[in-house]
Amino acid sequence: MVLRSQTEDDDFALNACIENARNVTHILKAVHFKDTATVFATENGLKVTVEDSKCIQGNAFIQDQVFQEYSIRDEALTFQINLDILLECLNIFGSSNSTTTMRMMYNGYGTPLVLTLEEDGAVTDCSIRTMEAEETLDFEFTAANVVNKIIMKADCLREAFNEMDASSEVLQITMSPDPPHFRLATFGLLGQSHHDIPKNSDMVEYFECNESLTNRYRLNLLKPSVKAVNLACKVCVRVDHRGFLSLQHMIKNENGQICFVEYYCCPDEEFDEPATT
Amino acid sequence: MRFRAKVVNIDCIHHFTNVVNTISKLLKKCSIRLTKEKMFFILPDQVANGGVSMWCELKQANFFDEYQMDGVNKNELNEIYLEIVAENLCRAIKSANNAKSLKIKLTKKQVPCLTVEIELPSLSSTARIVTHDIPVSVIPSALWGEYQEPEMPDFHVSLCLPPLKTVKHIVERLKNLSSYLTLSGNQEGDFALKVETELVSATTRFSDLEIPPYDPDGDSQAPSKLWPPSEMASARIDVKKLLQFLAGQQINPYKVICNIVDQSAVHFFLVHDDISLQYFIPVVAV
Repeated sequence: MVLRSQTEDDDFALNACIENARNVTHILKAVHFKDTATVFATENGLKVTVEDSKCIQGNAFIQDQVFQEYSIRDEALTFQINLDILLECLNIFGSSNSTTTMRMMYNGYGTPLVLTLEEDGAVTDCSIRTMEAEETLDFEFTAANVVNKIIMKADCLREAFNEMDASSEVLQITMSPDPPHFRLATFGLLGQSHHDIPKNSDMVEYFECNESLTNRYRLNLLKPSVKAVNLACKVCVRVDHRGFLSLQHMIKNENGQICFVEYYCCPDEEFDEPATT
Repeated sequence: MRFRAKVVNIDCIHHFTNVVNTISKLLKKCSIRLTKEKMFFILPDQVANGGVSMWCELKQANFFDEYQMDGVNKNELNEIYLEIVAENLCRAIKSANNAKSLKIKLTKKQVPCLTVEIELPSLSSTARIVTHDIPVSVIPSALWGEYQEPEMPDFHVSLCLPPLKTVKHIVERLKNLSSYLTLSGNQEGDFALKVETELVSATTRFSDLEIPPYDPDGDSQAPSKLWPPSEMASARIDVKKLLQFLAGQQINPYKVICNIVDQSAVHFFLVHDDISLQYFIPVVAV
């Protein structure tokens, strides 16, 4: 492994440097539910996408301003990488007392992702194989098609998710202009249970529901999004007329900068009957 | 054969507990050798251990307030060798956290045992005593030859490791990337840990590490004297064995010396006032 000199650095297609690697690791952990991730790099920053079963997608956005240095030669670069390995490397020093500096370099199709991490005089060089990026799902979720939207403090959603009955196969979400305005319901071995958040709760910052909609989602698919809720300060829940769910998590990093992690989930198709509330 | 020892000082009890805990993390079965001056914990080099071996010795006077040892006979065989499951000793001593005293003696129950008697603080006038009987097997003197102190290997490079906590964290991460790790170092204080697989190659480097002074009896033909100072000596070892050594450390050593025999083995030497521990990991066949 050759340590690259400064002049050679300038030739990389993507070259980014951050003083505190935790600001990257933190966000990536919020979408770490499968071992493979697709990385998209543009001049605005990085987007890391993880998918499962063609039903759920997690996207982590790390904008270029989070990095101390960020340069990209081409318009857009994309590759697939093993997220387990990437996180092990990023965490190699893993100290909570001092910070690890990280430089990330990528030179285009077929080349490995090169990381240099440094802490307290020790240096780690990693070269991680990249793979051909497979197409990621387009959930075709647009703001124009949003029927219901609620922004709430992450604390109340965190509480609701942590108390959820894990024996339920589905999570039923109701969003409505009429009470109960926001309801999370489960149907498990112990019976039915629901968690309501009324629109006038001081946990709710924005409430706009045009229609009463109830949809069910596979609970085990939605579970990974709890990682994001646990890190977030605010969450925006949106649902469109097809019942597709979008959860946008606003996460503050150690420098106080805001990063977003978004999850999309499609509704459970086996659910045909009207909801019983 | 007789053996009785007693510790009363709580710091010495904790110290002894730390040694036993470290040993039990490193090996399952352990041999204990008792002499007039020292107590040894030994794992001899055997194929069954994957070639790993360990030698730990402590001066009994630094730990025990009372110590009586009468070996097999009063002459050349004035020692006792026992085989014990290390974890059993570790578990027995766990109760000694707040003890007023810790006694260890060799007894004969239905089988030979090392009996650990721990006196705990008690509010009433009668003492509270916890007793553990740990079965041991006595190693006959004919086999004592297998338990000799290992010779200092003909290493090419010797250096002091960076803080164990840091190294342990790194090796824990590297273990998730590969089963084998190449450890290398040179006489100028550079040290590296590297894993390489199809999917990833990761190397952590340290520099300016301390070089322990060692003069192999003025032997100018010693491998270390002939080795070019800036050249890295390396050994590819099983990462789990390295992690076992690092994770078990509760002794808080003054220094950990790492000796590398190029392409052959890694030898760790923990230096502490009262104890010395050596741990030897051979390379993995490619």
